[in-house]
Amino acid sequence: MTANPGTPPTPSVADRVRHLTPGDTVTACGFLGETPVLVLAEGGILFASTDERRVAAHPGGVILCAACDGSRLLTGGDDGRVVETTADGTAREVFSGKAWIDTVALGPAGARAWSAGKTVHADTGKIEPGKGAPKTFAAPSTPGGLAFAPKGVRLAVSHYGGVTLWFPNAATKPDVLDWKGSHLPVTWSPDGRFVVTAMHEPQLHGWRVADGANMRMSGYPGRVRSMSWTATGNGLATGGATALIVWPFAAKDGPMGREPAIFAAGSSRIAAVACHPTTEIAAIGFEDGLILLIRLSDGAEILVRPPGAGPVSALAWAGKGAAKGAAKGAGNASTLLYGTEDGAAGILTL
Amino acid sequence: MPASSPICPRFLEAPMSDKVPVTVLTGYLGAGKTTLLNRILSEPHGQKFAVIVNEFGEIGIDNDLVVGADEEVFEMNNGCICCTVRGDLIRVIDGLLRRKGRFDAILIETTGLADPAPVAQTFFVDDIVSAKTRLDAVVTVADAKWLSARLKDAPEAKNQIAFADVVLLNKTDLVSPDELAEVEARIRGLNPYATLHLTQRCAIPLDRVLGRGAFDLDRILTLEPGFLEAEEEHAHGEGCGCDHDHAHDHGEGCGCKNGQDHGQDHGHDQDHGHDHAHGEGCGCKHDHAHHHEHGKDCGCSERDEAGRIIHRHGGLKHIHDEEIDSVALELEAPLDPEKFFPWIQNLVAVDGPSILRSKGILSFKDDPDRFVFQGVHMILDGTHQRPWNDGERRTSRLVFIGRKLDRAKIESGFSACVAA
Ligand SMILES: [Zn+2]
Ligand SMILES: [Zn+2]
Ligand SMILES: [Zn+2]
Ligand SMILES: [Zn+2]
Ligand SMILES: [Zn+2]
Repeated sequence: MTANPGTPPTPSVADRVRHLTPGDTVTACGFLGETPVLVLAEGGILFASTDERRVAAHPGGVILCAACDGSRLLTGGDDGRVVETTADGTAREVFSGKAWIDTVALGPAGARAWSAGKTVHADTGKIEPGKGAPKTFAAPSTPGGLAFAPKGVRLAVSHYGGVTLWFPNAATKPDVLDWKGSHLPVTWSPDGRFVVTAMHEPQLHGWRVADGANMRMSGYPGRVRSMSWTATGNGLATGGATALIVWPFAAKDGPMGREPAIFAAGSSRIAAVACHPTTEIAAIGFEDGLILLIRLSDGAEILVRPPGAGPVSALAWAGKGAAKGAAKGAGNASTLLYGTEDGAAGILTL
Repeated sequence: MPASSPICPRFLEAPMSDKVPVTVLTGYLGAGKTTLLNRILSEPHGQKFAVIVNEFGEIGIDNDLVVGADEEVFEMNNGCICCTVRGDLIRVIDGLLRRKGRFDAILIETTGLADPAPVAQTFFVDDIVSAKTRLDAVVTVADAKWLSARLKDAPEAKNQIAFADVVLLNKTDLVSPDELAEVEARIRGLNPYATLHLTQRCAIPLDRVLGRGAFDLDRILTLEPGFLEAEEEHAHGEGCGCDHDHAHDHGEGCGCKNGQDHGQDHGHDQDHGHDHAHGEGCGCKHDHAHHHEHGKDCGCSERDEAGRIIHRHGGLKHIHDEEIDSVALELEAPLDPEKFFPWIQNLVAVDGPSILRSKGILSFKDDPDRFVFQGVHMILDGTHQRPWNDGERRTSRLVFIGRKLDRAKIESGFSACVAA
């Protein structure tokens, strides 16, 4: 993002960032109430309000996955444990087993889910000893992602060969959305009409839930690891390329036959994307550490952070939970939190 | 590199030295894989390993860097049966890499029945895995006593030998000298490019197994079949600690009958076969000095009672397999990249399922650099390696190991790539 002669320099808000020192790789981030929290690889959670506090959620373990909905942070580790951390700094064990916890998800009305090996667990989120044991479902292969539907308790489980839509609280037979290949992260559109996965191949695959119609979104140079729905819910903003790719989902058949909008080419690939919860702005973090804000109406760019300190590995707006979650929560919506693989982190308040 | 190149320069993104080396251990159940694994984990060699074991494996060491994996082999969605990856490895390696600084290298143990190709292809195909790790070598542990039988009844056993960079032929004390010579010859016939070590209880210095750089494009030098190789990196027997020599591979005339006492009482100045230059009285009719197109039809054949083709080059017997063979080609004239890349792309696209591994060092017209590549089935990876050195023999060499390879077709296709 060096300013070339003749082009105005990108406006910067970098001087408004409050820098944090997590001292570890940041795996994910989010807000618990007003408090920014960073999920650290080596098992800790950093509460980054003005007085910093650390919670050892997975002592001796490594956190592999996280989901945050604004009031709860659910983490899964290579210690085989699922831990729920709340705004008061309490970390409670939800589950403990032998296998790594590969994926976690939070849903409406307190629902939680996680997977270890091929087994998917889901519960109501009420911690009452001896009550409400998690329901389980055996996926056809180890799940690559979990996502709750925006309404009702229905869980999308992505795996090799497609996605299974499972009702943990009903005896109904799960619906299967087929598509050959390995499906990793999965997301529901905020209106519940579409389910989209990022595949092992550098492409996305989507289904219209009503009839299972397929849509393939390809053209990426690398695997897509980050997806985020825009504020209106009409666009899916994605990383994986050196430019931000936003697929249009407003139409009845989603992006079928339509071109994506493309913004802000950088010099490395986009590793993390988080859309603002109420205005059409996306925060994008690149593999070289650069972070930009993009106004989706006209593509205007604002610099948040210059390159450095490894790939951007976590991005979240207050009011939107963690970068990888999508549920709305509390918090000040003009606050952006980020973290990088090499342990840089900061909070931008607009 | 021309725009038509099928070869992906992705591996150039990070220097090789920054990537975590990965060794893949294959071998039939009971061959001694677990013994080797336990030795690697328990002996001081200055490296800390994270180990990915298959869930049926038994490993005697409790270590939080030992992770179970379930060998989920996934077809990629190009509809091709040979284009497979290990989905579980992508996930497990991604998880392990979060334990920064806790290990220097990764070891992957596969089940006895596993095909090594999906494991290797995972390191070529997955951009996240390949950005942070590199495949070092495929090491196959075989049991001298049972391998001959397995080669007859289990295609996986053949695959594992044909795919290997290093073969440990274990339990050599449990077979007679004749049986040992037979099984060695079978291994050499399946894969003349692997380094073969004879061991008992996997007793071998670990640097013979680890840090081989066999998939390293900067070290793609092992195009010489094992039976043409001159003395390898170290002078054998002189304190090297191996209980046999690897480079020369014993045969008639080496004086050591079955490798058992080897290294102690054979003198390395004696003629061992490794110093013989092919063609100089070796009895073959054609020129052997370099890369004669050796194979089932090479003309210097005899057959055993079972009708199998047997070669004795410099005393190193090898038995050609009916199914798996290797094709080695060499051209002196510089190649035209506009012809070569489309040809190799089409060759692996069509015959990829039967090509297990390929390697090449190429000399292109008007190009000061050596181009090197390697492949597994249909997946190729290559780069301009370095300028050709003064005085270096500037030729293009290719090696394929695979099933029922059409030597004549490959040869004529390659010959047509010579620049006008
Ligand atoms: Zn294939
Ligand atoms: Zn010897
Ligand atoms: Zn010959
Ligand atoms: Zn031969
Ligand atoms: Zn010869």
